[in-house]
Amino acid sequence: MACRTDRGLSQFMSRKIRRVRCLFTGIVQGVGFRPYIYRMATNYSLGGFVCNIPEGVVAEVEGTAPQIEAFLSAVPKELPPAAALTALSNTDVSLLGETEFQIISSRAEGNKAVLIAPDIAVCENCLREFRDPGDRRYRYPFINCTDCGPRLTIIRDVPYDREKTSMACFPLCPQCRAEYENPANRRFHAEPNACPSCGPKLWLTDENGTPFSDDFNDPIAKAIELLSKGKILAVKGLGGFHLAVDATDEGAVRRLRSRKYREEKPLAVMVRDLEAASKIAEIGDRERKLLFSPQRPIVLCRKRGAKEIAPSVAPGVPDRGIMLPYTPLHYLLLENTLSALVMTSANQSDEPICIGNREALKRLKGIADAYLLHNRDILVRCDDSVATVTQGKTFMIRRSRGYAPKPIPLLRSCPNVLALGPQLKTTLCILKGNLAYLSPHIGDMDTPEARKFHQESLQLMERIAQCRPDVLACDLHPAYYTTRLAEELPHRTVLRIQHHHAHIVSAMAENGLTGKVIGLAMDGTGYGTDGTAWGCEFLLADEVDFQRAGHLRPYPLPGSDRAVREPWRAAVSLLRESYGEFWREIAGNLPLKDHAPHFELLDKMMAHGLNSPPTSSLGRVFDAVAALLGIRQVVNFEGQAAMALEAMASAPAEKTYTFDIFEGDRIVLDLRPLIRAIVQEQLSGREPQKIASDFHRTLSRALAAVTAKIRMRTGIEKAVLSGGCFQNRILLDSVARELEQEGFAVYLHRDLPPNDGCIALGQAVAAAARMERQEAGR
Amino acid sequence: MDHDRILLEHGGGGLLSHELVTGIFLPLFRNACLERLEDSAVITLGDRKLCFTTDSYVIDPLFFPGGDIGSLAVHGTINDLSVCGGKPLMMSAGFILEEGFPMEDLRRISRSMAEAAQKAGVSIVTGDTKVVARGAADGLFINTSGVGIIEYPSPLSVASIEPGDAVIVSGTIGDHGATVLSKRRELGLISEIRSDSAPLNGLIGSILEASPNVHCMRDPTRGGLGAILAEIAAQSGFRITIEETKLPVREEVRGICEILGFDPLFLANEGKVAVFCSPADACLILDKMKNHEYGRDAALIGFVGKRNGEGLILNTSVGGSRVVDLPLGELVPRIC
Ligand SMILES: [Fe+3]
Ligand SMILES: [Mg+2]
Ligand SMILES: [Zn+2]
Ligand SMILES: [Zn+2]
Repeated sequence: MACRTDRGLSQFMSRKIRRVRCLFTGIVQGVGFRPYIYRMATNYSLGGFVCNIPEGVVAEVEGTAPQIEAFLSAVPKELPPAAALTALSNTDVSLLGETEFQIISSRAEGNKAVLIAPDIAVCENCLREFRDPGDRRYRYPFINCTDCGPRLTIIRDVPYDREKTSMACFPLCPQCRAEYENPANRRFHAEPNACPSCGPKLWLTDENGTPFSDDFNDPIAKAIELLSKGKILAVKGLGGFHLAVDATDEGAVRRLRSRKYREEKPLAVMVRDLEAASKIAEIGDRERKLLFSPQRPIVLCRKRGAKEIAPSVAPGVPDRGIMLPYTPLHYLLLENTLSALVMTSANQSDEPICIGNREALKRLKGIADAYLLHNRDILVRCDDSVATVTQGKTFMIRRSRGYAPKPIPLLRSCPNVLALGPQLKTTLCILKGNLAYLSPHIGDMDTPEARKFHQESLQLMERIAQCRPDVLACDLHPAYYTTRLAEELPHRTVLRIQHHHAHIVSAMAENGLTGKVIGLAMDGTGYGTDGTAWGCEFLLADEVDFQRAGHLRPYPLPGSDRAVREPWRAAVSLLRESYGEFWREIAGNLPLKDHAPHFELLDKMMAHGLNSPPTSSLGRVFDAVAALLGIRQVVNFEGQAAMALEAMASAPAEKTYTFDIFEGDRIVLDLRPLIRAIVQEQLSGREPQKIASDFHRTLSRALAAVTAKIRMRTGIEKAVLSGGCFQNRILLDSVARELEQEGFAVYLHRDLPPNDGCIALGQAVAAAARMERQEAGR
Repeated sequence: MDHDRILLEHGGGGLLSHELVTGIFLPLFRNACLERLEDSAVITLGDRKLCFTTDSYVIDPLFFPGGDIGSLAVHGTINDLSVCGGKPLMMSAGFILEEGFPMEDLRRISRSMAEAAQKAGVSIVTGDTKVVARGAADGLFINTSGVGIIEYPSPLSVASIEPGDAVIVSGTIGDHGATVLSKRRELGLISEIRSDSAPLNGLIGSILEASPNVHCMRDPTRGGLGAILAEIAAQSGFRITIEETKLPVREEVRGICEILGFDPLFLANEGKVAVFCSPADACLILDKMKNHEYGRDAALIGFVGKRNGEGLILNTSVGGSRVVDLPLGELVPRIC
């Protein structure tokens, strides 16, 4: 009986007809969204229509209730690669009896409320055509469709319309126009749509910008020939120029390094395919997915099989940065002869990536031997993104191409705020409603180019977010460029947010946390509320404010910023803290003894506080330990010693060293016993690999132990992890594990990196929360 | 930036000093002469143009290789007058002495003042002495003021700088700052560095005589060459580009800076002048300097660019470039 009733009911249900009106908002225009809805609706045998409206895309679907439900649950799951939903709402409307589904072309196309999509790697469908000798776009380097190709990097203004992109100067040929106007076509309103007869063209020039006349017809073949000979090629890509050399050619890589003054920073490698990738790095399931994702970031994978790649590509670091081709041009370059290319953003040392043909010829003079150019202008700079896999999840190191400017959804609505970001690895952020718009990676604010890029990014993001906040957020550090800029800009309110509070609030916002948490900000340095350089901070924080509940016992940093380049200085300081006046004898037996002639002077500097600011930086502790173990005394870039130390710590930890915790008003972590243990083991000849592993474990225990003490005082069980030190995956994994074992709910960043790339979001949200509190208090 | 108390950095010659001047003194003392914020006030009396300046000296140690607080106090005021195009005429000297200060030291310092003034051809024509109780001052402070006469036809000021101007410095930078650092008793450094403390009226006089196309001059004292160039770039709106490889720096100074973590660009000089002049006269002026005892290591270090608000740009020895910001006068690491 029961059985029959159920069947009767379901038969009745399936006969029930509904008509539902759906509103999709987010990145839904110019990304093949309407053809997608058309396909889905047809699959589920639904009638109705889909069209663009100013707020996004609206669809009405009519059919049986189960089909409608299946449609509604399927739509968000299989979105086109470039699309992103920020909201989906649906309401039942009265039936019209429609059984056919159609795409309605509307004149409200590309309205301002619609978001700009990031740039997307060339899709499978386009690649198929690209490889088909019968296709009219066979081997065409600028093939794209609504599922793929450039977006952000070609916009001059919003809304996203061909006339407002750098494609404006390429009138569509009749065939391309037909595709562009046909709602059922994959290229319907694909703004960068083009073909060999109407679209951008490629050419190759020598070092002076003069085209190679004889090889004009096949610039690719000539480019490959030059690369195979070890030449340095500047390649105009999606978000800027790359400098490319054959990654298997040690001589070429060295030449690139010496010309680019980038002596040891690891260089990213673009490999032909997965096979080539697996030869040079450990590619797990997750890494593979990330490598093949439409965003195509550089993925940091543990190194392996050194012989296929030139040793100086990434010396002394545990990982290799690998990416797959993401533009048709890349596929052409890596087609047959070459299997791996070093692809590093084209600029001098720490400047932003360069984008214009003329700019490249000027700025890369003396670096590039030849230029592979084209005439589709890059209008917005966008560096390659960098990501890694940890704890089974994607973990960002640099969020830029493929991700920006897709807004980060917040769980609640905020007042409008503009956050200018920190000094290094800067991004800026506009908060509007429940969305946070982060700019592409801008970089270090020390160069005039970066400052100009910051201004450009500010204007761009204001246009993309359609918002000009008059509340401004910046760092507490008075010497940061962004802080000085905040003082100059004509805004109503400037709120200064402490660096590590911004770190924690950023991770909180990504996880939708609003109440009190224990924030572990493990960092290089940031300006503290007491004017000293903080960096190993346990903050009892909410969005508005924080208390410094615990921190590392401060130690002097002799030479200030100089100590960042010379890890032996931090080592000397920690030895002095750990051994008192006997430190020099101890240090004289350690690998930093080369610097012994300066020990006396550094001791006096620290004793008299001459250019030796006190700091609680954890980053510098990593530097110090690397120096104590003889791994590095001097570095070429920030974090190099810490990365080398991480690379050494690959063996499982065997023991835990000791550390002290002092409980006063604040909880102070004292790592002097750990330093003494490391010194003892180093002196007794234990392998540095083992010491490095045990150092990581001990540090993780220590951080977890301090967190547990704070929980005893406060009862708070949420631990939020941020700060540049958490780029170290061993540290991140073990701290997260220790905290989970202690019963904490542990929160990490999701879409943003733990380094200073996350600061702008934290500044913005903290400032917004303060504004709200002020309003509420009124 | 709000501070409710004076910090040491307010006297450091950096951004905070600047804020003190523009935030407190300038609005209260406001007048056309002061507003220019140049090293000296320029006053017109009939058909005569005079310049007038004052400076106080509170250094530690009082004696250092190459000079002492006395010679420094004379040179400082002479140089402030000279960079405004003034020929120094006369000076005043005020002393604030701490109870118990050794008479012998005072004699020695006064003798060195007299010698410095004589060598520069300037008379000390008036003075003042105050003694304060032990602890109320640190040994000895000196204030000097000076008056000079300006005969150079065109005005020397930031406002006269033009795009394309050459930037010349009269010698090695950071010598005085490095000397004072190296003589800080507690560091126990042994070095051969001497302060560059010197009167520049002769050197500057010979330049002004040779070229009618000098536009602006500054003596890069406290805050160093970096601070004055950054300040001029900010005031004028012009981009100023300098080449790191062209900066004259003594090996010993470089060594001390490297170990202590300082930048010679921001160390004090007491006998150097930075000159902005039309590029056509750069060689001539360089030549004049190199033939003068206080300008032997003079160098052309850069040029004035467009008026684009980019500030002071340093092209580094490794091929990059960075913006040199006005130092804050405090040293908290910026690296994260
Ligand atoms: Fe940070
Ligand atoms: Mg003065
Ligand atoms: Zn495609
Ligand atoms: Zn076409």
